[in-house]
Amino acid sequence: MNATQNPTTITATPGTPFLEMVREFDAPPDRVWHAATDPDLVVRWLGPSRNDMRLESWDVRPGGSYHYVHITPDGTEQHFRGVYHQVVENELAIQTFEWLGAPNQVAVETVRYDDLGGRTRMTTRSVFPSVEALEMAFQNGMEYGMRESMERLDALVTG
Amino acid sequence: MTDRDERLDRAFSALGDPVRRALIARLSRGPATVNELAEPFDITLQAISRHVQVLEAAGLITRSRNGQQRPCHLDAAALEELTSWIDTYRMRAEAAFRRLDAVLESTEEKQ
Repeated sequence: MNATQNPTTITATPGTPFLEMVREFDAPPDRVWHAATDPDLVVRWLGPSRNDMRLESWDVRPGGSYHYVHITPDGTEQHFRGVYHQVVENELAIQTFEWLGAPNQVAVETVRYDDLGGRTRMTTRSVFPSVEALEMAFQNGMEYGMRESMERLDALVTG
Repeated sequence: MTDRDERLDRAFSALGDPVRRALIARLSRGPATVNELAEPFDITLQAISRHVQVLEAAGLITRSRNGQQRPCHLDAAALEELTSWIDTYRMRAEAAFRRLDAVLESTEEKQ
C-alpha cells in the first residue's frame, strides 16, 4: 500500500479546556483498534520513538485501567495512567488520562473510530480540568518533543 | 532551563489569567491605550494597568510613546513562539501516528 498523506489535525480553542485531534488511517477500524489496544503492538508506536515504551498495566475493558511509561532519550521516565470508562470494540473508548508529572490533573478522552469504507478516521476529544492544565500538557509535550527532535537531528548529523 | 523555556514560562503564567487573555485578544485587533483596554471591564484602571505591566514583563506586549499616550502593542513574534508549541505537539502526535501507519502495514501482511 502506498503511504498517503494523512495529516494530523489538532483543534484547541484558546481559553477553553477542550482539545480535538483527528487522524485518518489506511486500514479498517478493526485493524486500527487492534494496533491501538494490543499490548504488543501499542508499544511499537505510542512511545516517544520506537520501542521505548513500557506497559505497567494494560487492561482495555470498561472499568479496566492502564499505566504506561515513556522512556525519554536521556533515560528519564514519564508515567501516564488512567481508567477505561467505556470500551466498544472497533468503535469507541472513553478513558481518563493523567500524566504523573502533574498529578491530579486528569483529562477525560473520548476516542472514536469511524469507518470510512476500508479506512478509519480516529477522533480524540480531550477535556482537561482547566485551561491551565491543557496548556501544561502542551508545554510538557513541547519540551520533551523538542528534546527528542534534537536527539534525532544529532543522530542525523553525526551518523 | 534555557532562555526560551524561561520566556515561555513567563508568557504562559501571564496568560494564566482570564483578564490578561482578554487584553491580548483585544490587542490582536490593534494597539490600544490602557484607558481603551479598561473599557469593557468592571475593574479599576489601576488593576488593568497592573495586568498590562505583567504582559509587558512577559514580553508579550510593548508600549510606545505617542505624546501623553503610551499605547500597548501586541508583540507578534512572542505570540508566534507561543503558538509554535501547538505545532510541535502536533508533529509529535503525527510522528506517533506514522509509526502506527507502519504497524498497520505490518499487520496487514500477516493477515
